[in-house]
Amino acid sequence: MKIVIVGSGRVGSVLAEAYDAAGHQVVILDLSTRAFDRLPAEFRGRAVRGDGTDEDTLRRVGAGDADVFLALTEGDNRNVMAAQVATEKLGIGKVLAKINDPVRAAAYAELGIATICRTSMIADAISAFLGFESLGLPGVIAATGSHHGGEHAPLATTIGAGTTGREA
Amino acid sequence: MFVLVVGGGKVGYYLTKELIESGHEVVLMEKDRARADQIADEIGSIVVAHDGCEGKYLGEAGCARADIVAAVTGDDEDNLVICQMAKHHFDVRRTIARVNNPKNEALFRHLGADEIISPTRMILGSIEQDIPVHELLHLAALGEGELEIIEAHLQEGSPAIGRAAGDLLMPEGCSLFAVVRDGVATPLRPDMTLRVGDKVIAIGPSECEALLHQQLIGDDAEAVTPLA
Repeated sequence: MKIVIVGSGRVGSVLAEAYDAAGHQVVILDLSTRAFDRLPAEFRGRAVRGDGTDEDTLRRVGAGDADVFLALTEGDNRNVMAAQVATEKLGIGKVLAKINDPVRAAAYAELGIATICRTSMIADAISAFLGFESLGLPGVIAATGSHHGGEHAPLATTIGAGTTGREA
Repeated sequence: MFVLVVGGGKVGYYLTKELIESGHEVVLMEKDRARADQIADEIGSIVVAHDGCEGKYLGEAGCARADIVAAVTGDDEDNLVICQMAKHHFDVRRTIARVNNPKNEALFRHLGADEIISPTRMILGSIEQDIPVHELLHLAALGEGELEIIEAHLQEGSPAIGRAAGDLLMPEGCSLFAVVRDGVATPLRPDMTLRVGDKVIAIGPSECEALLHQQLIGDDAEAVTPLA
């Protein structure tokens, strides 16, 4: 499979190494070439310095026909934007964005982007370790909604009213 | 009208001040506390020192009853998220996004910002009006950069119009090798008469540019005259 990873941080670089070793075609982008120091010398994929939210850049590195797109930078909003470019502009089928704000993670799942939320996953893991009940925050949220040229499914239903939602 | 401004940089700051002066209700969100305090000292307690990208704080700032949300931070991705959260989570009727990278305009429009303001595009538009479009265009450098491929777009007033290509005085080591006419590229023959609209492709050392300019575009004075 052709896998594009935006953000060569800890998670991005570990996945790039693993998927490359497993024989997938990996392209990893980061704004800093330093970030590629995390990749092993045997990495055979492409490591490109560039902006993963920029459509032209993504097309240039061949993301246009990628099977998988993972937005894993440290910025929630960068990931959101990169993932939306991948979905809306490049038409990539499997897109995942790391969003550490649980509210935003749930909101964007409704817009058709699968999200992964570190905050929720760690919180739940800690609770499980302590033998407490799960907090019920979803760590990985599959895309539930879809986006059609400016029309979004309403988000209010998935977000806890009283925390951030508009009161019904 | 209640306007929620997100981003307390120069744009957000002056926008907020102007809106207050025209009698609107305004709340400004600025995530940097020091900057937020600084603005609050001057214009009063309408500043919320929180990140406007977080749904929780948008809600607390009254996003749900805002008539307009203006996302004017310096980061495009933040402005996009602010507008999307405002529009789809808080049902705000009108969202305005500042877009810094002009390439993001189409995406923002597609993804739901109602209005897009691109300062870069505006300044660019202003500058482009003053750039003559009939200059020589550098297409590529060859070798170590000593040779260049140059395109000249022949316009009304060019001394080359109506002349055979072979009659033009070419600088030493420089040759015209192709012409693009009506979108079709053909090798340039010496007997070919040049016309308005032709794009002549030349190759030669970079020093020959001045003479090439003179032959194909016209003298310098004319070349820098902006188009009306």
